[in-house]
Amino acid sequence: MSQSLDSYLALSALLFAVGTFGFLARRNAIAMLMSIELMLNAVNLAIVAFGAFVPSLRGDASVIALVVMAVAAAEATVGLAIVIAIYRNRRTPLVDEYTQMRE
Amino acid sequence: MTLPQTVPFLGWSWNDLLFLVLATALLGTALMVVLGRNIIRSGLWMIACFATLAGVYALLGTPLVAAAQVLVYIGAISVLILFAIMLTQTKGGPAALVFHHQAWAAAIAAVVLGTLLALVVTSTEWPLAGEYAATSVRAIAQLLFSDYVLPFEIVGVLLLAAVIGGVFLAKRDEPRDEPHGERPE
Repeated sequence: MSQSLDSYLALSALLFAVGTFGFLARRNAIAMLMSIELMLNAVNLAIVAFGAFVPSLRGDASVIALVVMAVAAAEATVGLAIVIAIYRNRRTPLVDEYTQMRE
Repeated sequence: MTLPQTVPFLGWSWNDLLFLVLATALLGTALMVVLGRNIIRSGLWMIACFATLAGVYALLGTPLVAAAQVLVYIGAISVLILFAIMLTQTKGGPAALVFHHQAWAAAIAAVVLGTLLALVVTSTEWPLAGEYAATSVRAIAQLLFSDYVLPFEIVGVLLLAAVIGGVFLAKRDEPRDEPHGERPE
């Protein structure tokens, strides 16, 4: 089981689905950002799994996974800064109360 | 003392047992992140989730990625998110309503997406997939500084831009904007 690509890819798919649910269903902006991190991790797991099982991708997949991690760190920095800036203005982290653009 | 070749009584290999344990823990902690009512606990479960994923990377034979996972995710991103949670905690504690009213639709969509993805990846033949093999750190380092040196530098610039952008976005406005902060709710 640990020697087949399919099991890792299925695990990655399930983790991605959990992240999708969190992003769609949570009201808190920071919880949504955490769900995005879960989805990025799921994609990274798929990349690393391909790297471990496909001989021609062996080193490349790890390099790409490291780059994805750095981009995820940049995304988290900017995303959380935006959430804190909005919070300072609106006094709530709940996204369904950010109705100013709709009104 | 040496371990037996297979798990006693079950007959599985140790790697299979590790994979099962790590996969269960990974999905369980991810569900705790998504479903937990208290957002601080969600953040702490997220650290556990990242740690389990580092274990999966180690099981896949990429120790460098596992180490980077621990350093970047557990060391940096989790701390960042925990600080953001503490900065945006409202006085009344966790909100009574954790999910949107349309959460059932999101649940259906996520279940459909998960089963679809899992079915597709398991029913596809991967013609290039061969035997599992570990990746040496030396190979990664040589690739990173030869073929991938341009992406490497671009990521450095991107991180610098993110740092500057984060500071710019999160810094307090000048006092002249103060009346805007007191708008009626």
